[in-house]
Formats: sequence, structure tokens, C-alpha cells
Amino acid sequence: MSATGINWFKYSSPQAFHPLAGRMIPWFAAAAVGLIAVGLYVGFFIAPTDVTQGDAYRIIFVHVPAAWMSMFLYVIMAIWAGIGLGLNARPSFMMAQAIAPTGAMFTFLALFTGSMWGKPTWGAWWVWDARLTSELILLFQYIGIILLRSSIDDLRRADRASAVLALVGVINVPIIYFSVRWWNTLHQGASVSITAAPTMAGTMVTAMLVMMAGFWMYSIAVTLARVRCVIVERERQPAWGKQASIPDVAEAR
Amino acid sequence: MQWGSLAEFFAMGGYGLYVWSSFGATALCMGGEVLAVWRRHAAAGNRDGL
Repeated sequence: MSATGINWFKYSSPQAFHPLAGRMIPWFAAAAVGLIAVGLYVGFFIAPTDVTQGDAYRIIFVHVPAAWMSMFLYVIMAIWAGIGLGLNARPSFMMAQAIAPTGAMFTFLALFTGSMWGKPTWGAWWVWDARLTSELILLFQYIGIILLRSSIDDLRRADRASAVLALVGVINVPIIYFSVRWWNTLHQGASVSITAAPTMAGTMVTAMLVMMAGFWMYSIAVTLARVRCVIVERERQPAWGKQASIPDVAEAR
Repeated sequence: MQWGSLAEFFAMGGYGLYVWSSFGATALCMGGEVLAVWRRHAAAGNRDGL
């Protein structure tokens, strides 16, 4: 028992986690809407026009947060997959399953907005640069994990197979992150890092970081909403003989 | 604020097409995902709201 008196293990059961997730979603959703609104305001009305790139640079206010989320979400998905494999915990696999589509979407957006920035700035929609190529591979990894899961009927085998694929693929995340240092890429280096001063004006960094926080809150809200769907869909397996709802199953146990 | 008029804002210094495609695609994807999860939620038969 923890010192706070809350039995956290209680929430490791899907039946207990389902209503808890439901109560958390509105807060994360509200935070997401607020932060994104502030981020857009600062990004479009306060941040100045860039001297060299003109207003095309404003694309980074969605591009950088989307690219970061694509990598963060992959790592978090892999961690849940690892916990699931290690502890044989169903809710962990459900979390991994719920994160994958959002991660895939942000990977697509990072590539799409990057190409929208590349055309006016580099003069090319796409180049086979280490950063761009490794990010494209990340998109294929997400798609592969989602397809592998949906191709296996046995849920336990689907969980384990997609978890192994997610864990093996995590090696690509540091490759994406360090690609701009390891290889001579057309893609520029990090604009913001923990060890060095930002290479952009203060308001530009502010807009980007606020959008980043907003995308985090969005990802948490949408993942929690999806994991609730997954819980209900899975608990309604034909083994129970009738279409059992979560409260019914909780009572039966 | 660096925008003299609404037209200037939408033009984005000549990069309007690229800037608005990026933000538009992002809005469509995120909005579409919320809608998809909402419908899945309803189809799954959750009794309470999202």
C-alpha cells in the first residue's frame, strides 16, 4: 500500500481504469484546446516574420511538435509493449494498441508539413536525406504494427507479436533524433536543445513549445478515449455468451 | 502584430499555400481522429460520455 492511501494497482484492471480514464479526458482535452489556441495566437500574431525564411517558417509551429510527438509516442508505445510482455499485463497491451494510430498520424503530419516547408525553402518536396528517410521508416513501422495486430485473430498472440515488433523498432528513434548529427543532412540540426541556447527568437520558441504542450495534451486525451473503446470492445468477447457491458462484467467479478 | 490587413495575413508573405496547407492538414487529421474515436466510442456502446 502506498503512503497516499491510494491503491494504484486497482487501476491496473481494465474495469477500474475505464471510468478513471473517462474522468481524466475532459481535463486533458480542455488543456489541449487552450494550449493550442494560445500557441496559434503567439505563432501568428506575436512571433515576428523570419528574416531569411519569411513567413514560411511558421510551418514549424506544427511541424516540430508533430515530429516530436511521432517519436515520443513511439517510445511510450514501446514502453507499454515492454511492460505488457514482462508482466503479461493486458492493460499495457491495450495502451500500446491505443497509442499506435495517434503516433502514425503525427508521423504522417511531420512528413507532410515538412514537405510543405521543404518546397519553398529547399526547392524540393522530398529528398532522401537521413532525417526524412528514417522518419518515413517510422511511419512504416507504425503501419506495420497496426497491420500485424489486425492480422492476428487471437488477441493474446496479436498483443505479443505487435509488442515485439514495437520493441525491436525502437532502435529507429535515436537514429531519427541523431541523424542530423551523424550524417551530413539537408535537414537542419535541432532548433531547441537542453544543452544549448535556442537558435530562434524567444517568441518563436515560446509558440513552438506551447504548441508542443498542446499536442501532448491532445495525444493523452485521444489515447485515453481510444483505450476506453479498446477495453469495451475486448471485454465484449463472445466467451461471455451475451453482450456484456463493463458494469455488468465488473459486477460479475 | 505585423499584418496590415486580412489579405496580408492570408497571403503569409507569399507562402500562404504552404503555410495554410500545413495547418489545414494538421487540423483535418486531428479533427478527423477525434471524430473517428467518437464514433468508435458510440459503436462500442459506452454508456457514459467520452
